[in-house]
Amino acid sequence: MTTPSQTVGPFFGYGLPYEGGSELVPGWRPDAIRVRGRVLDGAGEPVPDALVEIWQADGSGEIPRRPGGLVRAGHDFSGFGRCPTDAAGGYWFGTVKPGPVGEGAPYIAVLVFARGLLKPVFTRLYFPEDGAAHGTDPLLAEVPAERRATLIAEREGEREYRFDIHLQGERETVFLGF
Amino acid sequence: MTDPHPPYLSPGYRSTVLRAPARELVMPKLGPDSVELTSPVFGHQELGRLDNDLTRQHSGEPIGERIIVTGRVLDGAGRPVPDALVEVWQANAAGRYPHLADQHPAPLDPNFTGAGRCLTDADGRYRFVTIKPGAYPWRNHHNAWRPAHIHFSVFGTAFTQRLVTQMYFPGDPLFPFDPIFQSIPRQEDREKLICRFDMDTTVPEWALGHQWDIVLGDTPMEA
Repeated sequence: MTTPSQTVGPFFGYGLPYEGGSELVPGWRPDAIRVRGRVLDGAGEPVPDALVEIWQADGSGEIPRRPGGLVRAGHDFSGFGRCPTDAAGGYWFGTVKPGPVGEGAPYIAVLVFARGLLKPVFTRLYFPEDGAAHGTDPLLAEVPAERRATLIAEREGEREYRFDIHLQGERETVFLGF
Repeated sequence: MTDPHPPYLSPGYRSTVLRAPARELVMPKLGPDSVELTSPVFGHQELGRLDNDLTRQHSGEPIGERIIVTGRVLDGAGRPVPDALVEVWQANAAGRYPHLADQHPAPLDPNFTGAGRCLTDADGRYRFVTIKPGAYPWRNHHNAWRPAHIHFSVFGTAFTQRLVTQMYFPGDPLFPFDPIFQSIPRQEDREKLICRFDMDTTVPEWALGHQWDIVLGDTPMEA
């Protein structure tokens, strides 16, 4: 019964991105973090026509149940963000670090759509400072040790993280089969 | 149940070759967790009143065949999904997108952008008024043409149900030649992407109507 997926194609740029899509919270908030990275193909080349979406809990680990993902009012936290990649394959989000939900380590759910992807890839972004919690995270426990690092962002500065997404190749990001 | 989706790697569609993940996907034993089992909430106040009418976004009327496209968003159990965000984008009647990367030498229409969105009603129903898009060439292989289509993006009740796809029109002669349409392994699944002309949706003296239901994957808790 399920409707099959098709690629987002190269021309979504005037249809899906919207103003403020990357900025879940304004940068002046003391708890704001910044995540940036690149989407790369199997040859290590940037993917300039990808769309990255994130979905996450708020700082206290509560899953947002309120609108505000499309129109950023500057106060409520909607938990959803969307960013098209630029010519260098780059994307960024201004958000808050999610609190832990349940037993697992805190993470941001990440979806990537692109020309050449007939269906999206689904992954998780974990934070480098949560090493202890990673040890008991149920999902990370199922990921082969040598690939686990692909799910953990790098710290780039005070409240700044880097998370590159390799669609293919030696450092292919772990994608989830939901 | 057989997977209705295309595989990542579908070499006839050349861009998949370097972009398809090659490693096996990780299937967590516990399945998605509570973040992945929920989805963003969107509100009517975030959308414009005319966002679902692609023929009224400019001062004049767009060129082309005016159509109505409507249907329901359903979950894997056939239940309607209300308040689902449905976004669409498409080429104009001449097969041209208002995108810098689109080099097809067909005219742009100053009265047609080709993007719209709406939230489904309590019955899971969406409705768009638009112009029938044209077919257009692409550079995948010699003499490659995409069948006319409207791109759809849909949110379900779980982030794992997120769907981006394309809706096609009945009887398109380009179907057998299109590697994107053909990337879906089974013919019966391909046909789920083809809308149905519907006289009851058609508005006399105004626009032809088409029905197309969108069925999202199982709500993962039930999988």
